[in-house]
Amino acid sequence: MQQAELQAQRIRAAMWFLLPMIAALAFVAAYPLLRSIYFSFTDTTLTSLYTGQWVGFDNYLNWRTLPSGRTIYRGTLVDPAWWNAVWNTVRFAFVSVSIEAILGLMVALVLNANFHGRGLVRAAILIPWAIPTIVSAKMWAWMLNDQFGIVNDMLFNIGLISEKIAWTANVDTAMWAVLMVDIWKTTPFMALLCLAGLQMIPRDVYEASKIDGVHPIKVFFKITLPLVKPALMVAIIFRMLDALRIFDLVYVLTPNSAATKTMSVISRENLIEFDKFAYGSAQSTLLFLMIALFVTLYIWLGKVDLSGDKQ
Amino acid sequence: MKKSVKKAGLNKAVLLGAVMSALLASSAYAAEINFVSGAVGKDIEIFKELVKPWEKDTGNTVKIVPMPSSTTDQFAQYRLWLSAGNTDVDVYQTDVIWAPQLADQFLDLTEAAKDVVKDHFPSIIESQTADGKLVALPLFTDAPALYYRKDLLEKYGASVPKTWEELTATAKKIQEAERAAGSKDLWGFVFQGNAYEGLTCDALEWVKSFGGGQIVEADGTISVNNPKAVAALDLAKSWVGGISPAGVLSYGEEESRGIWQTGNAVFMRNWPYAYALGNGDDSKVKDKFDVTTLPSGGDNGKSAATLGGWNVAVSKYSKNPDVAISLAKFLTSKETQKQRALKGSQLPTIVSLYDDADIKAQQPIIPRWKDVFMQAVPRPSAPTKVKYNEVSSKFWSAVHSTLSGKGTAAENLEVLEADLTEMKGKGW
Repeated sequence: MQQAELQAQRIRAAMWFLLPMIAALAFVAAYPLLRSIYFSFTDTTLTSLYTGQWVGFDNYLNWRTLPSGRTIYRGTLVDPAWWNAVWNTVRFAFVSVSIEAILGLMVALVLNANFHGRGLVRAAILIPWAIPTIVSAKMWAWMLNDQFGIVNDMLFNIGLISEKIAWTANVDTAMWAVLMVDIWKTTPFMALLCLAGLQMIPRDVYEASKIDGVHPIKVFFKITLPLVKPALMVAIIFRMLDALRIFDLVYVLTPNSAATKTMSVISRENLIEFDKFAYGSAQSTLLFLMIALFVTLYIWLGKVDLSGDKQ
Repeated sequence: MKKSVKKAGLNKAVLLGAVMSALLASSAYAAEINFVSGAVGKDIEIFKELVKPWEKDTGNTVKIVPMPSSTTDQFAQYRLWLSAGNTDVDVYQTDVIWAPQLADQFLDLTEAAKDVVKDHFPSIIESQTADGKLVALPLFTDAPALYYRKDLLEKYGASVPKTWEELTATAKKIQEAERAAGSKDLWGFVFQGNAYEGLTCDALEWVKSFGGGQIVEADGTISVNNPKAVAALDLAKSWVGGISPAGVLSYGEEESRGIWQTGNAVFMRNWPYAYALGNGDDSKVKDKFDVTTLPSGGDNGKSAATLGGWNVAVSKYSKNPDVAISLAKFLTSKETQKQRALKGSQLPTIVSLYDDADIKAQQPIIPRWKDVFMQAVPRPSAPTKVKYNEVSSKFWSAVHSTLSGKGTAAENLEVLEADLTEMKGKGW
């Protein structure tokens, strides 16, 4: 009886402690999200933010029959520019996150080994991650510049290319340029999370395998990988969420190029530049749904445990 | 005891009120006006110098907020600020194409400027008037020209090209000969090929100078899909990777000027600001170049220059509208425009300044620009109204695709026509 009373009191106390955070989250996350979703069902423009009329699903899909009897479909869901952006984003997310996961794990393994100056190397490797994306994107934009860029200069001087490549202008290389910069920037983040996972693995497991004379490659696949998997999976989720909403890098490096335009870039374009605020809101709502779908699928398929409890 | 505490509190409140009102009163006499402007070349330095007399006379101060040089980026930011009713910015430097789109957010300057309006070029005043409301006052105008290296043309005995075809041939000849002689980085022609508003300007000139119309005509007709426009874009396509670096597809004004000013281009299409900078002491092309009107295309015989230029508009959310209007009037006045022309080679919008003796002596280029200006063609911002940005974006995308080899000019223009027709619907 007394225990039940105590329990209830603790829950009440916990509620009071949580309240400020819940209020803050509702204010900065839930309210803007719900408002964008609401906008996507109206005909709001930037000049009439408060007077938009409810139009149902018209921004997503609508159709009308022409006098000739032909039916035409309009809306985001049948907009080729939107699907091009979806495809760009998904392709970007898969390629960048896969490469970053592999490279990040490799870097983490190196940093986990004992060697002189390890602390210094660990700090140094984080530098790309610490530079703000806008700054590093601008930096790379100049390095990738076709005429003055150092990348072309070096490749040219060692004879790998015979004429200067316009990395960000050429539709065939634009996506690779964005991927390259993103991988350079976020591999350290992956490495850091993997390193944390690696350090959780008890040393005695490795000692035992050493005594048994197990081949190092087998040790990696049978011991290290399974034990680091939970940390790796969480790191991949974080990166995936980040990659699916990529905006700044693309906006600085290759603005307006259809080859790299992502979901965030195209929805901003409609929201602000084209004065199609409601249409852009519909696109950001779809982006939100798509990210939610990806994460759910990933957690379900990968059986990732986000609660932190031991099974 | 208790009473005196209360009284002290009251006194404090009164004192605070007095201080506050004193502060407010003084700020009404010496206001700080925030002015936002994109920054290209030495814009900011020149502005700070130009505004000094006004600050001295009125006791107010101007704080300049620099923005990126891309007009597309500026527009996005300004539109956000204005729709949020931002009171921090009082005066905006606006592009010539924005007036119909932002008209609701700016004050009507008709009354304030009624004495000076007649001094400006009527076409510019007209471009800044939306539904009878004078949205912005013209600050300087812009019409591009063809920059050419007179030393290189002389060296190879070539004449200044009158048509785009001549330009192509001359550029090719000089580029090949100079490269054979060791200048590996020399290019024939640089322009603004990135997918942004600048490409709309460049491509409009090609199309118009070939006699292919101006995308959307003044009466709203969509005219862009025609054989002359196709011919213009086909020729431009042949430049990329030939006489122009493939990277030109990512160049804006500053990137092309970079190539030009390091002495690595024979021809450049650019705005007048590049003239003063090209003759600066750190420029490799100092005294080696000259400018002329842009070439014409095919057998059209008439060249075209996209009408650019910047204006100042006063936000209707400004806390000091009267001071802000006085600044706008000062910046666009004859004397300030003259100083701006002398210092930054920017073209005045006041007709009489083209015959000014000082300007003739120090910036001999400006009186000659009058010819360029006479051939200026407006972008279709007036007929397409709030849809202009989307129209322009569709146009530059079609041109950018053509230049980068995704579809032929004929295919892309046909799709563009269909897209524009649909966007237009029953009317712009």
